[in-house]
Amino acid sequence: MSINNIMGIAGSAMNAQMVRMNTSASNMANSGTVAGSQEEAYKAKRPVFEALLSEEQTNLRAPVVGGVKISELMKDNTPNSSVFDPGNPSANEDGMVFLSNVNEVVEMVDMLAAARSYQNNVEVISTAKQLMMKTLDLTKV
Amino acid sequence: MKILDSTFALSEKTLALRSQRMEILSRNIANADTPNYKAQDLDFRRVLSSTQTNAELKATHAGHINRSDSFSGADLVYTVPFNSSVDGNTVEMSVEQAKYGKAAADYQATLRFLEGEMSGIRKALRGE
Repeated sequence: MSINNIMGIAGSAMNAQMVRMNTSASNMANSGTVAGSQEEAYKAKRPVFEALLSEEQTNLRAPVVGGVKISELMKDNTPNSSVFDPGNPSANEDGMVFLSNVNEVVEMVDMLAAARSYQNNVEVISTAKQLMMKTLDLTKV
Repeated sequence: MKILDSTFALSEKTLALRSQRMEILSRNIANADTPNYKAQDLDFRRVLSSTQTNAELKATHAGHINRSDSFSGADLVYTVPFNSSVDGNTVEMSVEQAKYGKAAADYQATLRFLEGEMSGIRKALRGE
């Protein structure tokens, strides 16, 4: 039944948007993290969405074909900036510490966009649910 | 009961088609942020002509499953976006929301027709 599929599809999208929101939260929490080298410094993470096009791509037996999943978590490769702070315990021999490359403004916008997409899918589910209940009312005498 | 089959057949198939269209539109809304996703829609005219030309598989055995009331991949078309986006995604959220709202209204209209047919038969059974 198609209405059940709508629930599954919108549910998979809500799940993906929630991961995106969690990634943003994690990035913002780590925006103040410092490290001793460019490699060790915190890099912002970005989820990559992918459409679930066939039954083989879904690991569950749930009807989510046509939904969405997170295919990978990508690292943001923007170079980390460094500051001179010899008193910091994680400073390198030149007295430099590397900051995270998180841009708080980008993260805030991304979080708002994820929240709006999540709300869209909630609306889809609530409409589908209303129609399902109305269809069930056909059995009333 | 042949009378029940013939009375409800049209509304039943329409209801199935309406809910399938809603499923396609919900896929588009779910993939609004997926890069390179192409929005799809059900072409009503094409579904109608394919059901009228009787181009369905014959069920010659009791175990055969007749799938004539479900659409095939050929009935799906890609929608042309008003504005293209950089990531190759052709879902336009406001357009899809409007389509989904209309599809839900269409579903309710079909449901109302079905209710009317059922109440007619119910009245006939009661002899009112």
